[in-house]
Amino acid sequence: MGYATSMEPDVIIGLEVHVQLNKLKTKLFCSCPLDYHEDEPNTHVCPVCLGLPGAMPVVNKEAVKAAIKVALALHAEVQPFTVFDRKNYFYPDLPKGFQISQYDRPLALGGYVTIETEEGEKKITLKRIHMEEDPGKLTYKGSITTAKYCLIDYNRSGVPLLEIVTEPVMHSPKEARLFLNKLRIILEYLDVFDGSLEGAMRVDANVSIRGGGRVEIKNISSFKGVERALSYEIARQKNLLRMGRKVERETRHFDEVNNITVSLRSKEEEQDYRYFPEPDLVPIYTAELLEEVKGTLPEMPEEKRERLKAQYGIGDNFAKVLVLDKVMADYFEEVAKHVDPKLAASWVVDVLRGELNYRGKDFRFAYEMLKPEEFAKLLRYFREERITEKGVVEVIRIKLDHGGDVDEIIRSRGLFAIPKEEIERLCREAIEKNPKAVADYKGGKKKALDFLVGYVMKATRGRANPAETAQILKKMLEE
Amino acid sequence: MITVKEWKERLESESCYDLISELFDRIERSKLNAFITLNKDEALRLAEEFDRGKLKGKLAGIPVAVKDNISTKGLRTTCASKMLHDYVPPFDAHVVERLRQEGAIIIGKTNMDEFAMGTTTETSFFGVVRNPFDLERVAGGSSGGSGACLGGEESVLALGSDTGGSIRCPASFCGVVGLKPTYGLVSRYGLIPYANSLEQIGPMACCVEDCALLLEVIAGRDWRDSTNAGREFEFRPVDRKFRVGVIREMGGNDDVMGKFEEVVNDIVRPNFEVVEVSMPSFMFALPAYYIIAMSEASSNLARYDGVRYGYALEKLDTWTRYFSKVRAEGFGEEVKRRIMLGTYALSAGYYGKYYLKALKARTLVKRDFERALKDCDVLIAPTMPALPFRIGELADPLTMYKMDVNTVPINLAGVPALSIPIGFVKGLPVGMQIIGRFFEENTIFSFALKIEEALRDEVQRKGVA
Ligand SMILES: [Zn+2]
Repeated sequence: MGYATSMEPDVIIGLEVHVQLNKLKTKLFCSCPLDYHEDEPNTHVCPVCLGLPGAMPVVNKEAVKAAIKVALALHAEVQPFTVFDRKNYFYPDLPKGFQISQYDRPLALGGYVTIETEEGEKKITLKRIHMEEDPGKLTYKGSITTAKYCLIDYNRSGVPLLEIVTEPVMHSPKEARLFLNKLRIILEYLDVFDGSLEGAMRVDANVSIRGGGRVEIKNISSFKGVERALSYEIARQKNLLRMGRKVERETRHFDEVNNITVSLRSKEEEQDYRYFPEPDLVPIYTAELLEEVKGTLPEMPEEKRERLKAQYGIGDNFAKVLVLDKVMADYFEEVAKHVDPKLAASWVVDVLRGELNYRGKDFRFAYEMLKPEEFAKLLRYFREERITEKGVVEVIRIKLDHGGDVDEIIRSRGLFAIPKEEIERLCREAIEKNPKAVADYKGGKKKALDFLVGYVMKATRGRANPAETAQILKKMLEE
Repeated sequence: MITVKEWKERLESESCYDLISELFDRIERSKLNAFITLNKDEALRLAEEFDRGKLKGKLAGIPVAVKDNISTKGLRTTCASKMLHDYVPPFDAHVVERLRQEGAIIIGKTNMDEFAMGTTTETSFFGVVRNPFDLERVAGGSSGGSGACLGGEESVLALGSDTGGSIRCPASFCGVVGLKPTYGLVSRYGLIPYANSLEQIGPMACCVEDCALLLEVIAGRDWRDSTNAGREFEFRPVDRKFRVGVIREMGGNDDVMGKFEEVVNDIVRPNFEVVEVSMPSFMFALPAYYIIAMSEASSNLARYDGVRYGYALEKLDTWTRYFSKVRAEGFGEEVKRRIMLGTYALSAGYYGKYYLKALKARTLVKRDFERALKDCDVLIAPTMPALPFRIGELADPLTMYKMDVNTVPINLAGVPALSIPIGFVKGLPVGMQIIGRFFEENTIFSFALKIEEALRDEVQRKGVA
C-alpha cells in the first residue's frame, strides 16, 4: 500500500487539537495542583474533580487568561462573552457523567497559523477555540482487550484543555504535521504549555477524499502518529474508491502499534451529547480579562525572527531555525551577550543543536549541562585560537554527557591549541628527522608533505591544525 | 410547635442535654418517619458543650434538622435513594458550615422524595413521611421530613430545598413557615442537585421570626457557588401599608380557596392595599418547569454509575452493562421517569422543540413577575391548590405534577416566596404564599409577620402526632 506524501488537492484534512494548559498552577474548576506527573494516582483530587455530589465548579481565571492569550497569538477573535456547556456521555474516566466544555458560545472564533511548505507560506485557518476539562485517565493491566478490569486515575480529571479546531484546509499528512509543529512552538512561546509532558497534546483528525464520506480518527497522541494515521487513512480511502466502493462516514481509532486505523462506530451510532448550558456557572464577559492579557503577550516567533536579524546581524537561515524553539533562541541570546553573535548563531544552530538532537534532548538540557556563559567562554577560546574546532566539539560532547568544568576538561584532555612557536619547532624537527621525505618532496613528490604533516600531528596528538602545519612546512621547505 | 423563643425559655430551667435527649426520645417513638439518619452522638456532645457554656452563636443550643440532600461531613447523606444509601460526604455544605459556626445542634437528616423529585415524599427509599395533623395523609414534598419534624415538635428549625415548591408545599401541608429564597441568596455548595438553575436551600420554622433568623444564618457570600450573589441578609421588620397583589391565575379547590379568600377579606384587605394582578404566562409555567428540571436532572444524576461511591455491584461486568444495571437497581421509578424524560427533551431534534421553548417560557414568566412586582410590594396566592392528600391518593404522575402549579412559577422567575399557615380546613392546615421582589425577603417577612399576628389564635394548633 503506497503512502500519500505530497500535497493532493482532493485530500481534505481538518484537525481538532486538544491542548493541555499544563503550565498553569491549578485545574480548570478546582484548586487541585497540576504538577501530578511524578505522583501517585488519585493524589491530586478533591470533591469537585471527583464529581462528588454537591460539589460545584468554579472557573479558574488564570486558565481563561491563558486561553485568551492563545487565542490572541493565533489571531482569533475573542468573543465578548462565552458560556460553558455540559457534554453528556457515560464513561468511567468522566466522574460527573458529563464533561464541562463549550458549545455554541466558544471563547474565540477564527484565527490562523502560518506554516512554511515547499510551495511557500500557507495560512491554516481556524474555526474556533474553546475551553474544556480533561477527563481522568484509564489504565489497563496488559492490553485493553485482555484486561479483566481497568484502573482510573483522576489526577488528570479537570486539567484545563483548549480545543483548537481548524477549517478543513490541509491537503497532506505533512501539512498536518507542519501545522502541529508550529502550533506547539507558539504555545510554548506563550509559556502556557509544556509539550514534553505525557498527553499534553492529543489530536482528532478528519479526513476525506473528494467524493467520499468524512472519516474522523479519534485521540491520536503523538505528532508522528497523526502523520502516520492520516497516511494510512488516505491510502485506505483511495483503495476503496479505486475499487469503486464507497467511503462511509464513520469514526475510527488509530492503532499506534500496528500503524493502522480501525472502525469504532458508524454515523448511525454517533453519540448525541445533549449539550446544554452548565447551570452551575455563569457566562464570562471577556473585556476586562482581554485588556489584562493584551499587555502580557510575549514576542511571537515571526517578530522574534525579525528582531534577531536586526539586533545581531545574523542571517535569516540562522534566525529562522533559532525561533523554532523559544528556549534555543533564549540560549543563543545569552551566548551572544559574551561573544560575536554571528559566531554564536552558527555554533548554536549547526553544532550544539545537532549534538542535543543526537541525544534526544532539547535546549532545556543545554541550560542544565552547558550553561550559555560556559559555551560563550568556549567560543571565545576558539576565536582566540586557543582551542581548535575539533576541540570545541569534544568539550561540548563531554559537557553534555558528563558535565564538569570547561577549563578543567580542556586542560586534562590536553585540548588547548599548541602555540605557533611549538608547531614551528616540531616542523623543523620533522624536516631534520625525515631527510627521505624532504628529498621526495623536493623531487616533485608533493604527497611527501602529508607524511611530514602526519609527523607533527602525531607529535601533538592531533592538536595541531593540519592546514596550518602544511603551510609552515611548505614555507620551510621552499626556503 | 416549638419556637426558638420557647426553646430558649426551656433552656433557662432545663439542661440542653436533657432537652435534646427528650427530643430524641420523641423522634424515636414517632410515627412520622421524618428522619432518615439521626445525629445523636454529636448532638448530645454539643448539648453538653452548650451546658458548659462552650457553644456560642446565634443558634447556640438550638436543634436544627437538615434535609438529606444537603451534605454533612461524616454524616450519611442519602437523598432518600438506594443509590446513596451508604454515602458519607467528606465535606460540609456551605449552609451546614454556617449552622456549625452559629452553634446550632444538627439533630439529623430528614426524609424527602428521592433526589427531591416529588410532592408527597412518597418516592423516598426510606418510606413515606406522615402528616403530623393526620397520619393517613402525606406531609408534602419534597422536604416532607423537614416540614413534618417541625409540625410534630421533633425539631425547632429545619433546612429544606426548593426546586419547584419543595419547601413551601410541606410547609403548607404541615402548618409551618418555609421560605424559597431569591435565587443566589443562599449558597448551593453541598446541595446535591436536582435542577441547579431552579433550586435554593431555604429555612423552615414554626414562626416567621424564626424563619428569618435561620435565613440570616444561612444566607451570604460563598465563592464556591458561582451563582451566589454575595449578599448577606438581616431581618429588620418594616411597618408599612404594603400594596398586595392577589394573583388571579393561582387558585385551588373550594377547601383551599374558601380559606384563602376569608383571610384576604378579613385580614389583608382591612390592613393593606389590595389589587388583583394577572399573570398571562402562568399557563406555560408548569410544562416549562418540568422540561427544565428534568433536563438538568438527567445530566446531574449521570454521575451515579457505581464506580466511585454509592450503590455498587459485587460482580464486575462490561462498562455499559455495569452502569446500566447499577442505575436500574439504584434509582426508584419516579427518578428514572424524570431522567428519561429529561434525556429525551435534550436530544438532538427535540432540543429546540422542548428545552429552548421552555427557556423562552421561563423568560415570559420572569417578565410577568417583574411587571407585577413593579406595581405591588408583594403578591399572594394559595401555596397548594388542595389540602394534604391521602397517602397513595396521587397515583398518576401527571396529577401529582399538576399540584405544583402555584409553586413552580416562582422558581422559574427566581424570586423569593414564603409559605405561612393561615388556618385549618377539615382539621388540615392551609398555606398562603407571599412572593416578593428579588432580594426583598425583608418585605416578605415584614408582611408575613403582620398576617401571623392577626391569625395567632387560628394557627397555633398542635398536631396529633
Ligand atoms: Zn480538584
